[in-house]
Amino acid sequence: MSDFKRIIAKRKRQDFIFNIVGIMCTLVGIVTLGALLTDLLMDGLTRLNWTFLTSFPSRFAARAGILSSWVGTLLIMLVTALTAVPLGVSAGIYLEEYARKNWVTNLIEINIANLAGVPSIIYGLMALGLLVYQFKLGQSVLTGGLTLAFLILPIVIVATREALRTIPQGIREAAYALGSSKWQVVRHHLLPYSLGGTMTGIIIALSRAIGETAPLITIGALTFIAFLPPLPVTTQPPFLSIEWLWSPFSVLPIQMFNWVSRPDQDFVVNAAGAGLVLIVVTLLLNAIAILIRYRVRKRIKW
Amino acid sequence: MSASLEIGIASLTQMTISDQHAQPQVSSEVAEAGQKTVGSPKIKAEVEGLNFFYGKLQALKNINMGFNANQVTAIIGPSGCGKSTLLRCFNRIHDLYPETRYEGKIILQPSGINLIGPETDPLEMRMRMSMVFQKPNAFPKSVFDNVAFGLRLRGVAGKELKDQVEQSLRSAALWDEVKDRLRESAYTLSGGQQQRLCIARALATEPEILLFDEPTSALDPIATAKIENLIFDLKREVTVVIVTHNMQQAARVSDFTAFMYLGELIELAPTKVMFENPAIKLTEEYITGHFG
Repeated sequence: MSDFKRIIAKRKRQDFIFNIVGIMCTLVGIVTLGALLTDLLMDGLTRLNWTFLTSFPSRFAARAGILSSWVGTLLIMLVTALTAVPLGVSAGIYLEEYARKNWVTNLIEINIANLAGVPSIIYGLMALGLLVYQFKLGQSVLTGGLTLAFLILPIVIVATREALRTIPQGIREAAYALGSSKWQVVRHHLLPYSLGGTMTGIIIALSRAIGETAPLITIGALTFIAFLPPLPVTTQPPFLSIEWLWSPFSVLPIQMFNWVSRPDQDFVVNAAGAGLVLIVVTLLLNAIAILIRYRVRKRIKW
Repeated sequence: MSASLEIGIASLTQMTISDQHAQPQVSSEVAEAGQKTVGSPKIKAEVEGLNFFYGKLQALKNINMGFNANQVTAIIGPSGCGKSTLLRCFNRIHDLYPETRYEGKIILQPSGINLIGPETDPLEMRMRMSMVFQKPNAFPKSVFDNVAFGLRLRGVAGKELKDQVEQSLRSAALWDEVKDRLRESAYTLSGGQQQRLCIARALATEPEILLFDEPTSALDPIATAKIENLIFDLKREVTVVIVTHNMQQAARVSDFTAFMYLGELIELAPTKVMFENPAIKLTEEYITGHFG
């Protein structure tokens, strides 16, 4: 009996030690993040007000704002989402449900997984050569959005496939057994049931894209821009315009990068303010994702 | 006991090595026996010389048997004997997976169409058959939408859809339990109710043959009894084929029983005959629980 007690005491000690180690490790992450956020808040909050959000950049730190860069960020993300989501989800569905499993699809699968790990500046170089010089799309919102779309496409594809894989095979067989065609199975079952997982992947991908700087600098995004792209709605028929796609742009991270590299301390405070806005936008995106996932999960119970 | 079993297996192995096109001895006897016993007026489906392959692995070997209309045929046998594989030929679900191959015929009466012929569209066969699977696999949709799905695929809508959903739920003995919760997720039902929901979904499309693949193996005895009663009643409306590893279940619900072993049909007989006086030694050994 005393033997048992000794063994048990030893194992409990191990548990206790790992418990402490685990808390330490968790704290390292949390404290660092907390310190970063506090620092950003302390600097940025002083600068954050309505004029900061509605002013163009300026030579004077006090008058400089982030209007053109947050509008640029939103437009770029719009283009990115509108291209990467349909392309990525369709490719994911094709690879998972339609494509025959052979060495070609295996090769494609490995390559897509690898693409997700390619440094973003490589995408910038590719976009500069292909979109700017080859297709003559210019250093525009369209080019920027497409560049980031390329960047996150692999993430969206992988997320879609993972989400589809979590659907039990029995569900597919049940749908096919009732006489569904492949598309009907996808449309009425697989897409709705995998929506939660796919949405999560899409938002993670967009959150990554929103903070990207390197590829956009590579294609020649502006660091100082004092006008907005043309409005997407017009007074003349057909009332919709895609002129904004061809407009030059800047985005929040580039604006921050530009400000931080200036010697004047006031501009660094401006950068903190822009950083706060960027974080808030990202958190908003995540909140939307969580909301959608929650609603989908409530409707679909496994 | 074990000696005779070895002989049984040895003779079977010998058969499989022999030329496929030559009629194996046991199977031809069985085929004749089958035709004699199944010689009642209405036959719903006839399996002729059916071979089935998963890649290089031959899972079904020269199956010949008939299925009577409006009767329950049970297929029994130990795990891996090919009973589910045979059942899944009927709705061409094998076609979903790569490197599967059929040889032979399954003739559907009275239309005379060859179910597994290359000219036959698997989609059409799945529209004409229904299957209830081993694990309840209700869709994560509402109770109503689960039953309605197959009907909507066939273009049924409106009042007609509602009526047919209700009718199917009644036939599956589930209506009284779910009539107030048609809009709730099917996953709020118990396991037994979900399986009956799957039966309702399968019945809704008025199939020619209703295929059950071990429908009660995931259920408790009370839910099992409900489903067995249901299967027994259903044969008035539809031809039923049920795969089961539970011999008591086969004895309780079926009119005919087929015993399969290692991908071959060993014996097909009226259930009473099969369980009281099987013609083949291997069947007797399986039924009396000596192996499997």
